[in-house]
Amino acid sequence: MIFKRFLPFITVLLITLSGVSFSASANEEKTKEEGKFNATEVIFGHIRDSHYWHLFDINGEPVAMPLPVIIYDNQKGFSFFSASYFHHGHEAYNGYMIDPKNQMKEKIILENAANGQKIYDFSITKNVLSMLISVVIMIWLMTGAASKYKKNGVMKAPSGFQNALEPVITFIRDEVAKPNLGNKYMSYMPLILTVFFFIWINNLLGLLPGGANFVGNITVTACLALVSFVVMMANSNKHFWSHLLNPPGIPFAIKCLLVLIEIMSLIIKPVALMIRLFANILAGHIVIICIISMIFIFGALSKFAGWGFMPVSLAFTMFMFLLELMVAAIQAFIFANLTAVFIGQAIEEGNGHEEHHAHEASH
Amino acid sequence: MDLLTPELGLFFWTLLAFLAVFFILKKFAWGIILKSLTERETGIAESIAAADRVRKEMSELKNENEKLMAQAREERTAMLKEAKDTRDRIVNEAKDAAKAEANKIVADANQQIQQQKMAAMTEVKNEIGKLAVEVAEKILRQQLSGVDAQSAYAELISENAKLN
Repeated sequence: MIFKRFLPFITVLLITLSGVSFSASANEEKTKEEGKFNATEVIFGHIRDSHYWHLFDINGEPVAMPLPVIIYDNQKGFSFFSASYFHHGHEAYNGYMIDPKNQMKEKIILENAANGQKIYDFSITKNVLSMLISVVIMIWLMTGAASKYKKNGVMKAPSGFQNALEPVITFIRDEVAKPNLGNKYMSYMPLILTVFFFIWINNLLGLLPGGANFVGNITVTACLALVSFVVMMANSNKHFWSHLLNPPGIPFAIKCLLVLIEIMSLIIKPVALMIRLFANILAGHIVIICIISMIFIFGALSKFAGWGFMPVSLAFTMFMFLLELMVAAIQAFIFANLTAVFIGQAIEEGNGHEEHHAHEASH
Repeated sequence: MDLLTPELGLFFWTLLAFLAVFFILKKFAWGIILKSLTERETGIAESIAAADRVRKEMSELKNENEKLMAQAREERTAMLKEAKDTRDRIVNEAKDAAKAEANKIVADANQQIQQQKMAAMTEVKNEIGKLAVEVAEKILRQQLSGVDAQSAYAELISENAKLN
């Protein structure tokens, strides 16, 4: 039973571990080709978004899947073409090119910026594609599990993926939703579950070798934080706002200050959500790629040093992968939990709360 | 710093995909799963409660049965005892009746004996009285001159008057 429950985790673990040697060998090719190992480029190449899905290099030629580029130009309208026309950033196409100076992003810019011409990049990048894959996986898994409940009836013992899903869902329900959202928790469960699984599955996909650094992108976490902030605001009640803008039982001067702080904290909450998730996942990705890069940094000094450091580096990487597997779930849980906490604060009814606060304030 | 600037395209796709997956899963997965889980939980709780109730009922039934059995046993004992008592009583009554009858017969017999004895005695007494009167009559009828004649006569009479 225990084995079956953890089967998905173990599978992911095995795949990621097998990927360690794979990505290492991919980097080795690069080292041979350039003769000089550029750690910064490797690291940013791994964590940045891209218009290619880069897999590995063979004899200096990158094996990468070009992804569709969608650009809205305020003069030319929409244009839709494959990123292969950029020839890995070496050439311009249709007046667009990849910014060669920006190492942290593959930003599409205009070759010759005309007056007032502006472009908006809606490309299906590596991150977008990775997310779409995760969405497909998610919908497939969850609707599959749901159809089992329909098919087998409610009272039949769960089987297969239901076994993996049920403890997680009941955990979210009993540990996240119920304590934070009170008796209205059921109406927020779909959101919290979606947030949790969306982050978790994308984290796990990001840990696969060649995976995208999707959750470690501030855009993504900003989007998720915005969703939870909008839900929080949309459901906030009178009690929440009256408490925030006019805290009871406090002298006027302090009240002004307090309201200011409260409004700031209101904004800081989603920002903290955004940065926490972004930084945690990005850091994990950077640390893993750094530790692998160390093999090649040592290898650049001397071939023996590189080979000698390899076991150490692999051991560290394995440790980091295990840690990241944990972080993937923990950060998803934290995000979901804090979303629940914030919504819970916004929808809380002030039953006897006023007196409590007034009492506190009098001390 | 470029790491910290959001991108419009990715933001757009993420928001779109997240909302899409949210609404799809809400409609086709979470609703069903959450409802099923709740239903199963209440179902299991109800089943356990029902099983408990049945067990309690069973034990109550068993208790009742035992009580009934004990009662039946008691009744049987009581009936047996009653039957025995009745039997004894009937036997005793019969005995008493028989004894009374016997006594009565004996008493009757005694009485009869007594009566006949009394009758016999009376007859004897009457006979003696008659005899005495006859003797006195004879004595009186004789002229009793002297003492010797008188006493000889009395002696004669008394000798004659011997009863047997």
